[in-house]
Amino acid sequence: MFDFSIVTNWVNDLLMGFLPSWAAVLVECVIIGVCVLLAYTVLALFYILYERKLCAWFQCRLGPMRVGPWGLLQVFADMFKILIKELISLKGTDRFLFKLAPYIIITSSVVMLACLPWGNGLQIIDYNIGIFFILAVSSVGVLGILLAGWASNNKYTLIGAMRSGAQMISYEISLGLALISIVVFAGTMNITDLVAEQQSAWFLFRGHIPAIIAFLIYIVAATAETNRGPFDLPEAEHELVAGYHTEYSGIHFGFFYLAEYLNLFIVSGIASLMFLGGWMPFHVPGWDGFNEIMNYIPGPVWFLAKAFFISFVIIWFKWTFPRVRIDQMLAFEWKYLMPLSLLNLVLMAVCVALGWHF
Amino acid sequence: MNLLMEISNGELAITATLTGITLVFAALLIARLISPKSYSVKKSEPYECGIPTRGESMIQFKAGYYIFAILFLIFDVETVFLYPWAVVTRGLGVQGLLCIAIFMFILILGLAYAWRKGALQWK
Repeated sequence: MFDFSIVTNWVNDLLMGFLPSWAAVLVECVIIGVCVLLAYTVLALFYILYERKLCAWFQCRLGPMRVGPWGLLQVFADMFKILIKELISLKGTDRFLFKLAPYIIITSSVVMLACLPWGNGLQIIDYNIGIFFILAVSSVGVLGILLAGWASNNKYTLIGAMRSGAQMISYEISLGLALISIVVFAGTMNITDLVAEQQSAWFLFRGHIPAIIAFLIYIVAATAETNRGPFDLPEAEHELVAGYHTEYSGIHFGFFYLAEYLNLFIVSGIASLMFLGGWMPFHVPGWDGFNEIMNYIPGPVWFLAKAFFISFVIIWFKWTFPRVRIDQMLAFEWKYLMPLSLLNLVLMAVCVALGWHF
Repeated sequence: MNLLMEISNGELAITATLTGITLVFAALLIARLISPKSYSVKKSEPYECGIPTRGESMIQFKAGYYIFAILFLIFDVETVFLYPWAVVTRGLGVQGLLCIAIFMFILILGLAYAWRKGALQWK
């Protein structure tokens, strides 16, 4: 497996060669920042097109076709359009909080993106409590949504923000418990180590029944956590206009849009790292020739392919299931999903303690 | 191990945070430079139903969700307690399993009590 740290070490040695060490670190930080920014924008643009095309295909339409071949340049046109829209200043808003909310939402998703390893040695932030750190940062994003709804001085945004807060904190528990069952199995919270553990087989296959249940719980909780699919109550347009971002216009609204798509990528990325082996290739025991061929596909391609597949499933949910009611949604989490994930955690712990796993 | 030995994780986290702030700031700056500006009283009103909005919107609001928020606090702290246990489960064996089973039993008892009391009912 190609180790990306060769490249980073080469850049580091090059910079250390003719710069004092503090300046080299500064330059490296700037390079990392630019790379994260590029990855963020490219992923957001890709996801906007991905969702629009998939949504069109699910409804037997063609989707954007006019700008560029197969509408590939449509997203650039959209981005430019959203930049030249007026930023409307409103009466009675809490100006400071109103402007602070996009900063919080975007920053939390950028930090989460920087935590995901894309390949061997291709990770930026790598704490030994990696997965815990990601969950902690993801709950900061809720604050941005609550602030946005509160500061807008509009009843619809207030209700949308309250719903969003209730939904995100509720489903965060199931999400956390599903991830804990994998941590129990692997015995580490460091994401790089978690992926390295899956060299022989992915956790989804190694942990058999509890891992599969955890994966299903994770997908449902992640859909709710990103305010998507049948759980998009905070922005239910039939009752709340547009939910917590009703009053935001122009690029201000664009930030919420951007963060929503990036959060979709991040939850899919976590699923890919924790359950589907991250950058590890797909191996079938015994098929040595097949495994060798799979090894030739680079790690980042595997990671992105798995993440895009999970995103495809989550987008599929959105265009298949009707929107649930708010009380149904909370009852589903507290009466079914959370007891199930607690039981699943116990099951996984029993399996690990008694050695019933591969 | 992170990207480079020379840079600590904290510095990288700060870099990522600053990157996010820069992204928002730069995009807002560009938008302010090229977007039109105009002001009218009608446009600056809250977008509600078309008729003038009544009263303040930053009010105390009866959310049916506040009990969920209190329950969340308990279960989220529980999750925090479970993480350190989760890392060492393999080494602890059956004894560790029994200890955490008692802890989780008490919590599930709490959830069952709240459920029985109707805290999970939509009112």
